[in-house]
Amino acid sequence: MTEKLSIAVVEQDHERALMIIDGLRDAGDYEISVIGDVTGLARRLAALAPDVVLIDLESPDRDVVDALTLASAPGDRPVAMFVDRSDSGVMRAAIEAGVSAYVVAGLSRERIKPVLEAAIARFHVVARLRTELAATKAALEERKTVDRAKGMLMKAKGIGEEEAYALLRKTAMAQGRKVVEVARALITAADLLK
Amino acid sequence: MSRAVNCGFVPLVDAAPLVIAAEIGFAAEEGLSLALHREVSWATLRDKLIWGGYDAAHMLAPVIVAQSGGVGVGDEPLDALMMLSVNGQVIGVGPDLAAGMRARAPGFLDARATGAALLAASEGRRLRVGVPFPFSTHALLMARWFEGLGAGRVELATVPPPRMARAMAAGEVDAFCVGEPWGSVAVEQGTAELILPGAAIWQFAPEKALAMPRAAVEAEPEIAAALMRAVWRAARWLGDPANLMTAAELLGRPACLDLSPEIIERALRGRLVIDRDGAEAPVPRLVEFFDAAATFPWRSQGLLIADWLARLTGADRARLRAAARAAFRTDLYRAVLGPIGADLPGASEKLEGAMAVPTAVASTLGGLVLGPDRFFDGTVFDPSDA
Repeated sequence: MTEKLSIAVVEQDHERALMIIDGLRDAGDYEISVIGDVTGLARRLAALAPDVVLIDLESPDRDVVDALTLASAPGDRPVAMFVDRSDSGVMRAAIEAGVSAYVVAGLSRERIKPVLEAAIARFHVVARLRTELAATKAALEERKTVDRAKGMLMKAKGIGEEEAYALLRKTAMAQGRKVVEVARALITAADLLK
Repeated sequence: MSRAVNCGFVPLVDAAPLVIAAEIGFAAEEGLSLALHREVSWATLRDKLIWGGYDAAHMLAPVIVAQSGGVGVGDEPLDALMMLSVNGQVIGVGPDLAAGMRARAPGFLDARATGAALLAASEGRRLRVGVPFPFSTHALLMARWFEGLGAGRVELATVPPPRMARAMAAGEVDAFCVGEPWGSVAVEQGTAELILPGAAIWQFAPEKALAMPRAAVEAEPEIAAALMRAVWRAARWLGDPANLMTAAELLGRPACLDLSPEIIERALRGRLVIDRDGAEAPVPRLVEFFDAAATFPWRSQGLLIADWLARLTGADRARLRAAARAAFRTDLYRAVLGPIGADLPGASEKLEGAMAVPTAVASTLGGLVLGPDRFFDGTVFDPSDA
């Protein structure tokens, strides 16, 4: 019986860290720790000495983890980025999902594969949620801007809501711009004239 | 129909040739639709160049030598088609160390006096210096500097530039060597003062290269050539001081560095603001894009990097040297850029560090002036040196 694999997840966002942990728990029985505070990351990782490190591809802290692959002091366990030489599709999938994995030398491919597969699946979900959240936020902001511009037009011109929106839309079409851009320009101009 | 080329970059002043190639139309003239993608980590940019579908990248020259010499990830060699920049690094310290050094008033361009003042101010404790990546010209310069100073007690730590201020506040590092504009940003935030430019350690240090996977260069040499022509013309455009204000504006845009153009212009014009009181320091050749054959990928520079990497990693020196020779594509540079007006040097290797003054050398058009390229301690690197 082999010992449980220990996995360190470097992730500052608590919610996302939890999601990744859940995904890994579903995949197998692992000892999982999260590093949320990246100050002194190299030292923290050295102290934890995990078998596998998972880190967001888009995190600047990735270079710190990458540096560990060559800065092995005597007695340190050599760590390398997980590169599947027999299947570059795994690397492509990992990059697409936005995750990179570092593993301790000597771990068999069979033991790492389920971890990586679970991580890839979970990082995909995390990335999708992040995009959704950003899109929702942007949509809400746009809506607020358009509402405010509508309000200004209604007040200034004594027109109704529908008419105000129609006016914004007509202007946008005539200028080849988005409704929200016209609304933003109107608000900026109105603020200047105050 | 233009061909799409995806190119990754890290937000730094020395990404300018790529930004200008894309924005001013040099890429379009070559029939390329050059899309630039910002990355926050060198490891991720390297991986996306190898596995992630990028065609080309703004890359630390040592990463290319390391990757091609087997000290990287996977087995895909990368090529340095040409250099994107020379110099561009600055060294800074936190306010406490800066105050300790001020009493000794070292000159901003004097690497020896500044180094001595730094070591004296750190009072015998082990100095920790943050660099953005282990395989970087920054790390190479720091190694040379402290070696030349005879300082034994220095440790280099990898700290991503956006984390540098916090790492200094937390006492993780005492000093840093980073590419502009990160040094100027730290001064602006009041977290650091600048004490030395990288150019004071080595007057002509290769910094970023235009990288492509060798397999891609071989599969589509005409794309590599078109990109090289566009970037070379962009570098030439950057060599005209009249264009620097426009360059700073373009680099400052949100999709690029997302910073005030004023801060970016300091590096482009070689006029740094080095402390919170606004003291200015003019730096000759703070960052160079075009002059003195700055775009030429000297094999001797690749070999210097190879020798240093061999010492740093314990990897096979002969293999790294062979990789550097193969990766620094002077052959492509000559074939592609000669016909459009690049003044080609007679040799592809030279002594590094031997020119104390600007020196006219043999070249195809007869107008090439190289150097100065001295190391602060006067050492000279002979590429043929076994």
